Amino acid sequence: MAQMTMIQAITDALRTEMKNDENVLVFGEDVGLNGGVFRATEGLQKEYGEDRVFDTPLAESGIGGLAIGLALEGYRPVPEIQFFGFVFEVMDSVSGQMARMRYRSGGKYSSPITIRSPFGGGVHTPELHADSLEGLMAQQPGLKVVIPSTPKDAKGLLIASIRDNDPVIFLEHMKLYRSFREEVPEEDYTIELGKADVKREGTDLSIITYGAMVHESLKAAEALEKDGYSVEVIDLRTIQPIDIETIIASVEKTNRAIVVQEAQKQAGIAASVVAEINDRAILSLEAPVLRVTAADTVFPFSQAESVWLPNSKDVIATAKKVLEF
Amino acid sequence: MASNKTAQFDAVKTLHKIEDHFEMFQILDHEGNVVNEDAMPDISDEDLQELMHRMVYTRILDQRSISLNRQGRLGFYAPTAGQEASQIASHFALEKEDWVVPGYRDVPQIIWHGLPLSQAFLFSRGHYLGNQSPEGVNVLPPQIIIGAQYVQTAGIALGLKKRGKKAVAITYTGDGGSSQGDFYEGINFAGAYAAPAIFVVQNNQFAISTPRDKQTAGKTIAQKAVSAGIPGILVDGMDPLAVYAATKDARDRAVNGEGPTLIETLCYRYGPHTMAGDDPTRYRTDEMDTEWEKKDPLVRFRKFLEDKNLWNEERENESIEKAKEEIKEAIKVADDTPKQKVTDLMENMYEEMPNNLKEQYEIYKEKESK
Repeated sequence: MAQMTMIQAITDALRTEMKNDENVLVFGEDVGLNGGVFRATEGLQKEYGEDRVFDTPLAESGIGGLAIGLALEGYRPVPEIQFFGFVFEVMDSVSGQMARMRYRSGGKYSSPITIRSPFGGGVHTPELHADSLEGLMAQQPGLKVVIPSTPKDAKGLLIASIRDNDPVIFLEHMKLYRSFREEVPEEDYTIELGKADVKREGTDLSIITYGAMVHESLKAAEALEKDGYSVEVIDLRTIQPIDIETIIASVEKTNRAIVVQEAQKQAGIAASVVAEINDRAILSLEAPVLRVTAADTVFPFSQAESVWLPNSKDVIATAKKVLEF
Repeated sequence: MASNKTAQFDAVKTLHKIEDHFEMFQILDHEGNVVNEDAMPDISDEDLQELMHRMVYTRILDQRSISLNRQGRLGFYAPTAGQEASQIASHFALEKEDWVVPGYRDVPQIIWHGLPLSQAFLFSRGHYLGNQSPEGVNVLPPQIIIGAQYVQTAGIALGLKKRGKKAVAITYTGDGGSSQGDFYEGINFAGAYAAPAIFVVQNNQFAISTPRDKQTAGKTIAQKAVSAGIPGILVDGMDPLAVYAATKDARDRAVNGEGPTLIETLCYRYGPHTMAGDDPTRYRTDEMDTEWEKKDPLVRFRKFLEDKNLWNEERENESIEKAKEEIKEAIKVADDTPKQKVTDLMENMYEEMPNNLKEQYEIYKEKESK
């Protein structure tokens, strides 16, 4: 076991899989010699050579096409999109192409590709760096979308993503990269995709969340405990497909739920979680399922992040509305 | 205040200098005369006959496909008549281990690369089994997103290079497609990695109704290769020998590690853009059609081969009959293919179905059992 930040855990997962499988290729803008703009691929090119870890021209769409083509020749590409706001440049390669490859070829070809990309607010990035666009990905059949919130989860989920024979979008929240350390096993291990994790057990309210909002929700749960409420916090970890079983089991126990996301109300995946609960556990509900989200504006100018991004106070307020409904 | 100083650098002259390098490469003229003996590819008599056979066959395939489409026995179809030299002669320069990454009009190339005709018809109708090409046949299904095949080809070619295979990836787009970002990114990536790719632009003069000169101010499309720093060549796309020679040369250089080539084939489609209601009389004149009919690749290649005593009416009729017979057979196979079920579609989504699909699978299985 070693104390690692999330970014270290990600590098460790990449190193582990590069060692395990010579078909794993890491490429993107500045991921080689430079080790990535966040150092996520630090040292990998030195260790595995330019043939396995390499820089690309500055063109996201080309990177997507490169990944698809390399996969057709039997490689297991792990490309990086420098910031997920740049996904619009590569939407066709991702949603129009790799997500559909297995289906359109009647199962002859597949896209065992893991796209890594940072996102998330709270670190005052310039325009289109921090936007939460996971909702777009979650709507595309053929993709899986993974968003870890802890170093330990990040390593296990990334290894599982790389080993998955279908395309996975692996979104790394920038604020969580180095915000805390955690014990991470040194050996290789996987965390099953599509499985949520109960980060805190409780009996009065279920908070269903992911990404940086997991930590805001845990903070809120602690505060609510002081008010006498027992709150369960579910970290989805994979937002497509959603672990419905874990959510429903929790809601049937607590009878109340809120969904917390950093994305705007019209974006993200909270609406989808609410719909699943309504479909499957309406008779258990003592109150409507409410959402904590950002406002339906463009992602804020960096100085406005603190008033725009949802935080633990918003979680507490919404939780109380549901608890006192 | 405007300066009277004469510019030391003449940008217009520089442009013209570049453009002058892209003269059209031709071996056979309209009458089937060899006009460029030095460039004549080394190709056996049997291969010349096989190439003619494939071109005749493909012309018949086009005629029959249009007719079957009109009868409602085929679906989506993009006519190919006029482009036989561009499509078939370029494919003829390839080897089995090469990858063919086609656009939506490039069904003939993947058929000659090993996709059964019946599957090509299923592709047209919209059946997943049409796209399940046989094992060992390195083709992708026809790409509908114009330009996407270019970036993917750069990736396949890099894969071939990394594996140390002596093979290439070839892809095709049209004149309109050369305006896409993915077109440029594809040739630029392949260039940066010196990947063994052949990029073909079949300039058939029109992107649906938009004429070629509305796509770019560039005098040729071949010169776009300069932006990627790779060789580009403008070929008479109605001349099978020139197309073959240019593709063969590009393949040789690619497998020798010298990187990709962009080939522009100047050609013409005699039919509409697709069979989905396009009316070419709105944007094409009779004069234009007549002028290009004189350039028909079949006419000139037939003349060339007849002069060498390698082709005659009997051989041509054999090719026509063979094509018609096989088309009839293939349509029958397509007709006999089981209908698609939603559960079939679900099974092809992932290696292992996620929970949402598992749940829906049971619902549809129940529905389908009734």
